[in-house]
Amino acid sequence: MPDSNVNSVTLIVNGSPVNVLAGTTVAVAVAIAGRPCRTSVGGEPRGPLCGMGICFECRVSINGRSHCRSCQIVCEPGMEVKTDE
Amino acid sequence: MSTAAYDVVIVGAGIVGAACADEFTRRGMRVLVLDRDFVGSGATAAGMGHIVVMDDSEAQFALTRYSQQLWKSLRPQLPDDCEYEQCGTIWVAADEEELEEVRRKHAYYSQRGVPVTVLDPQALRQLEPNLRDGLSGGLLVEEDIVLYPPCAARFLMERARKCGAQIRLGVTVTHLGQGFVRLSDGAEITAGIVVNAAGAWAAELTGGIEVKKRKGHLVITDRYAGFLRHQLLELGYLKSAHSVASDSVAFNVQPRRTGQILIGSSRQYGAEHREVDQQILRRMLRRAQEYVPGLGALSAVRTWTGFRATTPDKLPLIGPSTGDKSLFLATGHEGLGITTSLATARILVDAITGAKPEILIEPYLPSRAAKESVHA
Repeated sequence: MPDSNVNSVTLIVNGSPVNVLAGTTVAVAVAIAGRPCRTSVGGEPRGPLCGMGICFECRVSINGRSHCRSCQIVCEPGMEVKTDE
Repeated sequence: MSTAAYDVVIVGAGIVGAACADEFTRRGMRVLVLDRDFVGSGATAAGMGHIVVMDDSEAQFALTRYSQQLWKSLRPQLPDDCEYEQCGTIWVAADEEELEEVRRKHAYYSQRGVPVTVLDPQALRQLEPNLRDGLSGGLLVEEDIVLYPPCAARFLMERARKCGAQIRLGVTVTHLGQGFVRLSDGAEITAGIVVNAAGAWAAELTGGIEVKKRKGHLVITDRYAGFLRHQLLELGYLKSAHSVASDSVAFNVQPRRTGQILIGSSRQYGAEHREVDQQILRRMLRRAQEYVPGLGALSAVRTWTGFRATTPDKLPLIGPSTGDKSLFLATGHEGLGITTSLATARILVDAITGAKPEILIEPYLPSRAAKESVHA
Protein backbone atom coordinates (compact mmCIF):
# COMPACT_ATOMS: atom_id res chain seq x y z
CA MET A 1 0.00 0.00 0.00
CA PRO A 2 1.21 3.54 -0.73
CA ASP A 3 2.19 5.66 2.26
CA SER A 4 0.13 8.50 3.70
CA ASN A 5 1.59 11.35 1.63
CA VAL A 6 0.37 9.88 -1.68
CA ASN A 7 -2.13 12.20 -3.40
CA SER A 8 -5.74 11.28 -3.70
CA VAL A 9 -7.97 11.98 -6.68
CA THR A 10 -11.67 12.80 -6.74
CA LEU A 11 -13.71 11.88 -9.78
CA ILE A 12 -17.44 11.67 -10.49
CA VAL A 13 -19.12 8.31 -11.00
CA ASN A 14 -22.76 8.54 -12.06
CA GLY A 15 -22.99 12.03 -10.56
CA SER A 16 -21.46 11.21 -7.17
CA PRO A 17 -17.88 12.00 -6.10
CA VAL A 18 -15.56 9.08 -5.47
CA ASN A 19 -12.19 9.53 -3.79
CA VAL A 20 -9.36 7.18 -4.74
CA LEU A 21 -5.58 7.02 -4.43
CA ALA A 22 -3.69 8.50 -7.36
CA GLY A 23 -2.88 5.78 -9.86
CA THR A 24 -6.12 3.92 -9.32
CA THR A 25 -7.88 2.67 -12.44
CA VAL A 26 -11.41 3.76 -13.29
CA ALA A 27 -12.57 0.14 -12.95
CA VAL A 28 -11.68 0.28 -9.26
CA ALA A 29 -13.44 3.63 -8.80
CA VAL A 30 -16.56 2.12 -10.36
CA ALA A 31 -16.30 -0.86 -8.01
CA ILE A 32 -15.95 1.50 -5.02
CA ALA A 33 -19.08 3.28 -6.25
CA GLY A 34 -20.77 -0.10 -6.07
CA ARG A 35 -21.90 -0.24 -9.69
CA PRO A 36 -21.45 -2.76 -12.50
CA CYS A 37 -19.67 -1.16 -15.45
CA ARG A 38 -22.32 -1.94 -18.01
CA THR A 39 -25.32 -4.06 -18.88
CA SER A 40 -24.97 -6.66 -21.60
CA VAL A 41 -27.33 -6.85 -24.59
CA GLY A 42 -29.02 -9.69 -22.74
CA GLY A 43 -29.55 -7.47 -19.68
CA GLU A 44 -26.84 -8.90 -17.40
CA PRO A 45 -24.55 -6.74 -15.24
CA ARG A 46 -20.92 -6.74 -16.39
CA GLY A 47 -17.63 -5.69 -14.86
CA PRO A 48 -13.89 -6.18 -15.30
CA LEU A 49 -13.09 -9.80 -16.15
CA CYS A 50 -9.60 -9.89 -17.62
CA GLY A 51 -8.30 -6.66 -16.12
CA MET A 52 -5.94 -6.18 -19.05
CA GLY A 53 -8.03 -4.55 -21.79
CA ILE A 54 -8.88 -7.65 -23.77
CA CYS A 55 -12.39 -8.66 -22.76
CA PHE A 56 -14.15 -5.29 -23.12
CA GLU A 57 -16.48 -6.16 -20.24
CA CYS A 58 -15.47 -3.12 -18.16
CA ARG A 59 -16.53 -0.47 -20.66
CA VAL A 60 -17.90 2.80 -19.28
CA SER A 61 -18.42 6.28 -20.65
CA ILE A 62 -15.67 8.73 -19.65
CA ASN A 63 -16.10 12.46 -20.24
CA GLY A 64 -18.85 11.74 -22.75
CA ARG A 65 -16.93 9.13 -24.71
CA SER A 66 -18.59 5.73 -24.82
CA HIS A 67 -16.95 2.32 -24.61
CA CYS A 68 -13.80 3.28 -22.68
CA ARG A 69 -12.12 0.28 -21.07
CA SER A 70 -12.10 1.30 -17.42
CA CYS A 71 -9.46 -1.23 -16.39
CA GLN A 72 -6.92 0.48 -18.67
CA ILE A 73 -7.54 4.09 -17.69
CA VAL A 74 -6.16 5.83 -14.60
CA CYS A 75 -8.46 8.15 -12.65
CA GLU A 76 -7.98 11.87 -13.15
CA PRO A 77 -9.36 14.71 -11.02
CA GLY A 78 -12.89 15.69 -12.07
CA MET A 79 -13.26 12.85 -14.54
CA GLU A 80 -16.93 12.20 -15.38
CA VAL A 81 -17.62 8.48 -15.47
CA LYS A 82 -20.97 6.99 -16.40
CA THR A 83 -21.78 3.31 -16.17
CA ASP A 84 -24.46 1.43 -17.99
CA GLU A 85 -24.39 3.34 -21.28
CA MET B 1 -43.89 -30.44 -65.50
CA SER B 2 -45.60 -33.23 -63.63
CA THR B 3 -42.90 -35.82 -64.30
CA ALA B 4 -40.16 -33.67 -62.76
CA ALA B 5 -39.18 -34.11 -59.12
CA TYR B 6 -39.96 -30.45 -58.46
CA ASP B 7 -41.88 -27.72 -60.21
CA VAL B 8 -39.07 -25.30 -59.41
CA VAL B 9 -35.47 -25.70 -58.31
CA ILE B 10 -33.86 -22.46 -57.13
CA VAL B 11 -30.08 -22.30 -57.00
CA GLY B 12 -28.98 -19.76 -54.42
CA ALA B 13 -30.44 -19.12 -50.97
CA GLY B 14 -29.65 -15.44 -50.73
CA ILE B 15 -32.40 -12.94 -50.25
CA VAL B 16 -33.39 -13.17 -53.93
CA GLY B 17 -33.55 -16.96 -53.89
CA ALA B 18 -35.44 -16.85 -50.59
CA ALA B 19 -37.95 -14.34 -51.92
CA CYS B 20 -38.45 -16.51 -55.03
CA ALA B 21 -38.91 -19.64 -52.90
CA ASP B 22 -41.52 -17.82 -50.84
CA GLU B 23 -43.36 -16.52 -53.91
CA PHE B 24 -43.37 -19.80 -55.88
CA THR B 25 -44.51 -21.72 -52.80
CA ARG B 26 -47.34 -19.31 -52.12
CA ARG B 27 -48.59 -19.93 -55.64
CA GLY B 28 -48.78 -23.64 -54.92
CA MET B 29 -45.64 -24.89 -56.65
CA ARG B 30 -43.32 -27.63 -55.38
CA VAL B 31 -40.02 -25.89 -54.66
CA LEU B 32 -36.49 -27.02 -53.83
CA VAL B 33 -33.79 -24.50 -52.90
CA LEU B 34 -30.10 -25.38 -53.13
CA ASP B 35 -27.15 -23.45 -51.72
CA ARG B 36 -23.52 -24.41 -51.26
CA ASP B 37 -23.32 -22.47 -47.97
CA PHE B 38 -26.27 -21.32 -45.86
CA VAL B 39 -29.27 -19.01 -46.16
CA GLY B 40 -28.16 -15.42 -46.79
CA SER B 41 -24.46 -16.26 -46.88
CA GLY B 42 -23.39 -14.27 -49.95
CA ALA B 43 -24.08 -10.64 -50.78
CA THR B 44 -27.09 -10.82 -48.45
CA ALA B 45 -24.66 -10.89 -45.52
CA ALA B 46 -22.61 -8.04 -46.96
CA GLY B 47 -25.36 -5.58 -47.83
CA MET B 48 -26.48 -2.69 -45.68
CA GLY B 49 -30.15 -3.62 -45.85
CA HIS B 50 -31.03 -0.17 -47.11
CA ILE B 51 -34.48 -0.41 -48.71
CA VAL B 52 -34.09 2.59 -50.97
CA VAL B 53 -35.99 4.07 -53.89
CA MET B 54 -33.47 4.89 -56.63
CA ASP B 55 -33.72 7.09 -59.69
CA ASP B 56 -30.87 6.12 -62.01
CA SER B 57 -33.43 5.10 -64.63
CA GLU B 58 -37.20 4.72 -64.88
CA ALA B 59 -36.78 0.96 -64.78
CA GLN B 60 -34.68 1.16 -61.61
CA PHE B 61 -37.19 3.51 -60.03
CA ALA B 62 -40.12 1.25 -60.88
CA LEU B 63 -38.44 -1.85 -59.42
CA THR B 64 -37.12 -0.21 -56.24
CA ARG B 65 -40.37 1.67 -55.58
CA TYR B 66 -42.56 -1.39 -56.09
CA SER B 67 -40.28 -3.51 -53.95
CA GLN B 68 -40.17 -0.96 -51.15
CA GLN B 69 -43.97 -1.04 -51.08
CA LEU B 70 -43.83 -4.84 -50.84
CA TRP B 71 -41.44 -4.58 -47.88
CA LYS B 72 -43.82 -2.15 -46.20
CA SER B 73 -46.74 -4.50 -46.58
CA LEU B 74 -44.58 -7.35 -45.26
CA ARG B 75 -43.61 -5.41 -42.16
CA PRO B 76 -46.33 -6.76 -39.83
CA GLN B 77 -45.10 -10.30 -40.49
CA LEU B 78 -41.37 -9.59 -40.12
CA PRO B 79 -39.89 -10.90 -36.87
CA ASP B 80 -38.17 -8.47 -34.53
CA ASP B 81 -34.69 -9.69 -35.49
CA CYS B 82 -35.15 -8.19 -38.97
CA GLU B 83 -34.64 -4.80 -37.24
CA TYR B 84 -37.00 -3.00 -39.63
CA GLU B 85 -36.66 0.78 -39.16
CA GLN B 86 -38.07 3.51 -41.35
CA CYS B 87 -35.18 5.86 -40.63
CA GLY B 88 -35.26 7.59 -44.02
CA THR B 89 -32.35 8.49 -46.28
CA ILE B 90 -30.52 11.78 -46.47
CA TRP B 91 -28.63 12.42 -49.70
CA VAL B 92 -25.96 14.90 -48.61
CA ALA B 93 -24.84 17.71 -50.91
CA ALA B 94 -21.28 18.92 -50.37
CA ASP B 95 -21.30 21.75 -52.92
CA GLU B 96 -23.46 23.80 -55.26
CA GLU B 97 -23.30 21.22 -58.05
CA GLU B 98 -24.61 18.53 -55.73
CA LEU B 99 -27.30 20.91 -54.47
CA GLU B 100 -28.47 21.15 -58.05
CA GLU B 101 -28.77 17.36 -57.99
CA VAL B 102 -30.83 17.66 -54.79
CA ARG B 103 -33.29 19.89 -56.63
CA ARG B 104 -33.44 17.53 -59.60
CA LYS B 105 -34.02 14.54 -57.34
CA HIS B 106 -36.64 16.46 -55.40
CA ALA B 107 -38.59 17.15 -58.57
CA TYR B 108 -38.18 13.57 -59.82
CA TYR B 109 -39.39 11.92 -56.61
CA SER B 110 -42.15 14.46 -55.98
CA GLN B 111 -43.60 13.94 -59.45
CA ARG B 112 -43.79 10.23 -58.73
CA GLY B 113 -45.40 10.51 -55.33
CA VAL B 114 -42.35 9.75 -53.16
CA PRO B 115 -42.31 12.05 -50.09
CA VAL B 116 -39.08 14.11 -50.09
CA THR B 117 -37.90 17.26 -48.37
CA VAL B 118 -35.07 19.59 -49.37
CA LEU B 119 -32.85 20.39 -46.39
CA ASP B 120 -30.87 23.61 -46.06
CA PRO B 121 -27.61 23.47 -44.10
CA GLN B 122 -29.35 24.38 -40.84
CA ALA B 123 -32.03 21.73 -41.25
CA LEU B 124 -29.36 19.18 -42.14
CA ARG B 125 -27.38 20.06 -39.02
CA GLN B 126 -30.46 19.77 -36.88
CA LEU B 127 -31.28 16.30 -38.20
CA GLU B 128 -27.69 15.05 -38.12
CA PRO B 129 -25.50 17.02 -35.71
CA ASN B 130 -22.51 14.78 -36.33
CA LEU B 131 -22.20 15.76 -40.00
CA ARG B 132 -19.39 18.24 -40.56
CA ASP B 133 -19.89 21.99 -40.94
CA GLY B 134 -20.01 23.59 -44.33
CA LEU B 135 -22.21 21.13 -46.20
CA SER B 136 -24.59 22.65 -48.75
CA GLY B 137 -27.74 20.78 -47.80
CA GLY B 138 -29.46 17.53 -48.60
CA LEU B 139 -32.54 15.64 -49.63
CA LEU B 140 -34.52 13.70 -47.05
CA VAL B 141 -36.35 10.67 -48.48
CA GLU B 142 -38.63 9.96 -45.57
CA GLU B 143 -39.95 6.49 -46.34
CA ASP B 144 -36.69 4.66 -47.00
CA ILE B 145 -36.10 1.76 -44.65
CA VAL B 146 -33.23 -0.09 -43.05
CA LEU B 147 -33.43 -3.75 -42.10
CA TYR B 148 -31.11 -6.65 -41.28
CA PRO B 149 -30.87 -8.73 -44.48
CA PRO B 150 -29.72 -12.15 -43.18
CA CYS B 151 -32.70 -12.39 -40.85
CA ALA B 152 -35.08 -11.13 -43.54
CA ALA B 153 -33.77 -13.84 -45.90
CA ARG B 154 -34.15 -16.44 -43.16
CA PHE B 155 -37.71 -15.30 -42.51
CA LEU B 156 -38.65 -15.64 -46.21
CA MET B 157 -37.02 -19.05 -46.46
CA GLU B 158 -38.64 -20.25 -43.26
CA ARG B 159 -42.05 -19.11 -44.48
CA ALA B 160 -41.50 -20.98 -47.74
CA ARG B 161 -40.40 -24.08 -45.83
CA LYS B 162 -43.52 -24.04 -43.67
CA CYS B 163 -45.58 -24.00 -46.88
CA GLY B 164 -43.77 -27.05 -48.21
CA ALA B 165 -40.58 -25.78 -49.86
CA GLN B 166 -37.54 -27.99 -49.37
CA ILE B 167 -34.09 -26.62 -48.72
CA ARG B 168 -30.74 -28.33 -49.10
CA LEU B 169 -27.73 -26.42 -47.87
CA GLY B 170 -24.06 -27.28 -48.26
CA VAL B 171 -24.54 -28.72 -51.75
CA THR B 172 -22.64 -27.52 -54.80
CA VAL B 173 -24.41 -27.28 -58.14
CA THR B 174 -22.20 -28.05 -61.14
CA HIS B 175 -24.83 -27.75 -63.87
CA LEU B 176 -28.22 -26.14 -64.20
CA GLY B 177 -30.64 -25.94 -67.12
CA GLN B 178 -32.38 -28.22 -69.63
CA GLY B 179 -34.82 -29.18 -66.92
CA PHE B 180 -32.40 -30.40 -64.28
CA VAL B 181 -29.56 -29.52 -61.95
CA ARG B 182 -26.53 -31.69 -61.28
CA LEU B 183 -24.75 -31.67 -57.94
CA SER B 184 -21.04 -32.14 -57.37
CA ASP B 185 -21.63 -35.75 -56.24
CA GLY B 186 -23.19 -36.46 -59.65
CA ALA B 187 -26.79 -36.59 -58.44
CA GLU B 188 -29.32 -35.06 -60.82
CA ILE B 189 -32.58 -33.42 -59.80
CA THR B 190 -35.27 -32.80 -62.41
CA ALA B 191 -37.36 -29.66 -62.40
CA GLY B 192 -39.97 -28.00 -64.59
CA ILE B 193 -38.19 -24.72 -64.01
CA VAL B 194 -34.70 -23.95 -62.78
CA VAL B 195 -33.98 -20.50 -61.37
CA ASN B 196 -30.41 -19.24 -61.27
CA ALA B 197 -30.35 -16.98 -58.21
CA ALA B 198 -26.65 -17.48 -57.54
CA GLY B 199 -25.85 -13.76 -57.34
CA ALA B 200 -22.25 -12.91 -58.17
CA TRP B 201 -21.62 -16.56 -59.10
CA ALA B 202 -24.54 -16.80 -61.53
CA ALA B 203 -22.33 -16.51 -64.62
CA GLU B 204 -20.30 -19.53 -63.52
CA LEU B 205 -23.44 -21.65 -63.83
CA THR B 206 -25.05 -20.02 -66.87
CA GLY B 207 -22.72 -19.21 -69.73
CA GLY B 208 -23.17 -16.09 -71.80
CA ILE B 209 -24.71 -13.83 -69.16
CA GLU B 210 -22.93 -10.64 -68.25
CA VAL B 211 -22.79 -10.78 -64.46
CA LYS B 212 -19.54 -9.80 -62.80
CA LYS B 213 -18.38 -9.71 -59.20
CA ARG B 214 -17.97 -6.32 -57.64
CA LYS B 215 -16.34 -6.46 -54.25
CA GLY B 216 -17.45 -4.28 -51.36
CA HIS B 217 -16.26 -3.63 -47.80
CA LEU B 218 -18.27 -2.91 -44.67
CA VAL B 219 -17.26 -1.81 -41.19
CA ILE B 220 -19.51 -1.89 -38.14
CA THR B 221 -18.86 -0.02 -34.92
CA ASP B 222 -19.73 -0.64 -31.33
CA ARG B 223 -23.04 0.77 -30.07
CA TYR B 224 -23.32 4.55 -29.98
CA ALA B 225 -27.03 5.21 -29.64
CA GLY B 226 -28.19 8.41 -31.31
CA PHE B 227 -24.89 9.18 -33.02
CA LEU B 228 -26.67 9.11 -36.41
CA ARG B 229 -30.39 8.95 -37.18
CA HIS B 230 -30.75 8.46 -40.94
CA GLN B 231 -29.04 6.51 -43.65
CA LEU B 232 -26.59 9.05 -45.03
CA LEU B 233 -25.11 9.03 -48.52
CA GLU B 234 -23.06 11.53 -50.42
CA LEU B 235 -24.53 12.69 -53.70
CA GLY B 236 -21.13 12.14 -55.19
CA TYR B 237 -22.07 8.48 -54.58
CA LEU B 238 -23.79 8.49 -57.93
CA LYS B 239 -20.62 9.56 -59.65
CA SER B 240 -18.33 7.14 -57.82
CA ALA B 241 -20.66 4.16 -57.53
CA HIS B 242 -21.17 4.06 -61.24
CA SER B 243 -17.73 4.67 -62.53
CA VAL B 244 -17.57 1.29 -64.16
CA ALA B 245 -13.85 1.18 -64.78
CA SER B 246 -12.04 1.87 -61.54
CA ASP B 247 -12.16 1.11 -57.83
CA SER B 248 -14.13 3.64 -55.86
CA VAL B 249 -15.28 4.56 -52.36
CA ALA B 250 -18.23 6.63 -51.23
CA PHE B 251 -19.66 7.99 -48.00
CA ASN B 252 -22.56 5.72 -47.12
CA VAL B 253 -23.29 5.19 -43.42
CA GLN B 254 -26.23 3.89 -41.49
CA PRO B 255 -27.46 3.79 -37.90
CA ARG B 256 -28.52 0.30 -36.82
CA ARG B 257 -31.29 -0.21 -34.32
CA THR B 258 -28.65 -1.51 -31.90
CA GLY B 259 -26.96 1.90 -31.94
CA GLN B 260 -24.15 0.52 -34.09
CA ILE B 261 -22.98 2.48 -37.13
CA LEU B 262 -22.59 0.52 -40.36
CA ILE B 263 -20.02 2.15 -42.63
CA GLY B 264 -19.67 1.68 -46.42
CA SER B 265 -18.99 1.69 -49.22
CA SER B 266 -16.36 0.47 -51.65
CA ARG B 267 -16.57 -0.95 -55.15
CA GLN B 268 -13.87 -3.02 -56.82
CA TYR B 269 -13.83 -5.00 -60.03
CA GLY B 270 -11.54 -7.93 -60.64
CA ALA B 271 -11.03 -8.61 -56.94
CA GLU B 272 -11.74 -12.31 -56.46
CA HIS B 273 -10.59 -12.78 -52.87
CA ARG B 274 -12.64 -12.19 -49.75
CA GLU B 275 -9.74 -10.71 -47.79
CA VAL B 276 -10.10 -7.18 -46.47
CA ASP B 277 -8.09 -4.81 -48.67
CA GLN B 278 -6.45 -2.41 -46.23
CA GLN B 279 -5.78 0.23 -48.84
CA ILE B 280 -9.36 0.60 -50.04
CA LEU B 281 -10.63 0.19 -46.47
CA ARG B 282 -8.50 3.17 -45.45
CA ARG B 283 -9.87 5.21 -48.35
CA MET B 284 -13.43 4.25 -47.45
CA LEU B 285 -13.05 5.22 -43.79
CA ARG B 286 -11.28 8.46 -44.69
CA ARG B 287 -14.16 9.33 -46.99
CA ALA B 288 -16.68 8.63 -44.23
CA GLN B 289 -14.72 10.80 -41.80
CA GLU B 290 -14.70 13.68 -44.28
CA TYR B 291 -18.47 13.81 -43.76
CA VAL B 292 -18.72 12.62 -40.14
CA PRO B 293 -15.46 13.59 -38.41
CA GLY B 294 -16.54 12.01 -35.10
CA LEU B 295 -16.49 8.54 -36.67
CA GLY B 296 -12.76 8.43 -36.04
CA ALA B 297 -13.31 8.29 -32.28
CA LEU B 298 -15.64 5.29 -32.44
CA SER B 299 -14.52 1.68 -32.06
CA ALA B 300 -15.05 -0.63 -34.99
CA VAL B 301 -15.89 -4.20 -34.00
CA ARG B 302 -15.89 -5.94 -37.38
CA THR B 303 -14.82 -5.47 -40.99
CA TRP B 304 -15.90 -7.77 -43.80
CA THR B 305 -16.43 -8.02 -47.54
CA GLY B 306 -18.84 -9.39 -50.10
CA PHE B 307 -19.50 -9.54 -53.82
CA ARG B 308 -22.26 -7.72 -55.66
CA ALA B 309 -23.59 -9.22 -58.88
CA THR B 310 -23.11 -6.46 -61.43
CA THR B 311 -24.53 -6.10 -64.94
CA PRO B 312 -23.33 -3.66 -67.64
CA ASP B 313 -26.54 -1.58 -67.63
CA LYS B 314 -26.98 -1.65 -63.82
CA LEU B 315 -30.31 -3.45 -64.03
CA PRO B 316 -30.89 -7.01 -62.79
CA LEU B 317 -31.58 -10.02 -64.99
CA ILE B 318 -35.11 -11.26 -64.23
CA GLY B 319 -36.99 -13.73 -66.41
CA PRO B 320 -36.41 -16.47 -68.96
CA SER B 321 -32.88 -17.08 -70.14
CA THR B 322 -32.22 -16.84 -73.82
CA GLY B 323 -32.17 -20.27 -75.41
CA ASP B 324 -33.31 -22.57 -72.58
CA LYS B 325 -37.03 -22.50 -71.90
CA SER B 326 -36.71 -24.21 -68.52
CA LEU B 327 -34.08 -21.82 -67.19
CA PHE B 328 -34.92 -18.50 -65.54
CA LEU B 329 -32.59 -15.88 -64.11
CA ALA B 330 -32.93 -13.80 -60.95
CA THR B 331 -29.53 -12.22 -60.49
CA GLY B 332 -27.46 -9.13 -61.29
CA HIS B 333 -28.97 -6.96 -58.55
CA GLU B 334 -25.69 -5.12 -57.80
CA GLY B 335 -26.10 -3.05 -54.63
CA LEU B 336 -29.89 -3.17 -54.64
CA GLY B 337 -30.66 -6.84 -54.13
CA ILE B 338 -32.09 -6.45 -50.65
CA THR B 339 -34.39 -3.69 -51.83
CA THR B 340 -35.47 -5.38 -55.05
CA SER B 341 -35.65 -9.02 -53.92
CA LEU B 342 -39.38 -9.00 -53.23
CA ALA B 343 -40.34 -7.31 -56.51
CA THR B 344 -37.96 -9.60 -58.40
CA ALA B 345 -39.73 -12.66 -57.04
CA ARG B 346 -43.15 -11.17 -57.66
CA ILE B 347 -42.65 -10.25 -61.33
CA LEU B 348 -40.71 -13.44 -62.08
CA VAL B 349 -43.49 -15.64 -60.75
CA ASP B 350 -46.13 -13.44 -62.41
CA ALA B 351 -44.37 -13.98 -65.73
CA ILE B 352 -44.17 -17.74 -65.22
CA THR B 353 -47.75 -18.19 -64.04
CA GLY B 354 -49.19 -15.72 -66.52
CA ALA B 355 -50.51 -13.42 -63.79
CA LYS B 356 -50.79 -9.72 -64.57
CA PRO B 357 -47.73 -8.02 -63.07
CA GLU B 358 -47.84 -4.77 -61.10
CA ILE B 359 -44.87 -3.47 -63.12
CA LEU B 360 -43.60 -4.55 -66.52
CA ILE B 361 -40.84 -7.16 -66.54
CA GLU B 362 -39.48 -6.11 -69.95
CA PRO B 363 -36.68 -3.76 -68.77
CA TYR B 364 -35.16 -6.60 -66.72
CA LEU B 365 -35.48 -9.47 -69.18
CA PRO B 366 -32.19 -11.24 -69.85
CA SER B 367 -32.95 -11.04 -73.59
CA ARG B 368 -32.39 -7.26 -73.56
CA ALA B 369 -28.62 -7.76 -73.56
CA ALA B 370 -28.84 -10.13 -76.52
CA LYS B 371 -30.98 -7.58 -78.40
CA GLU B 372 -28.47 -4.83 -77.70
CA SER B 373 -25.62 -6.83 -79.11
CA VAL B 374 -27.60 -7.54 -82.29
CA HIS B 375 -28.04 -3.82 -82.81
CA ALA B 376 -24.53 -2.90 -81.74
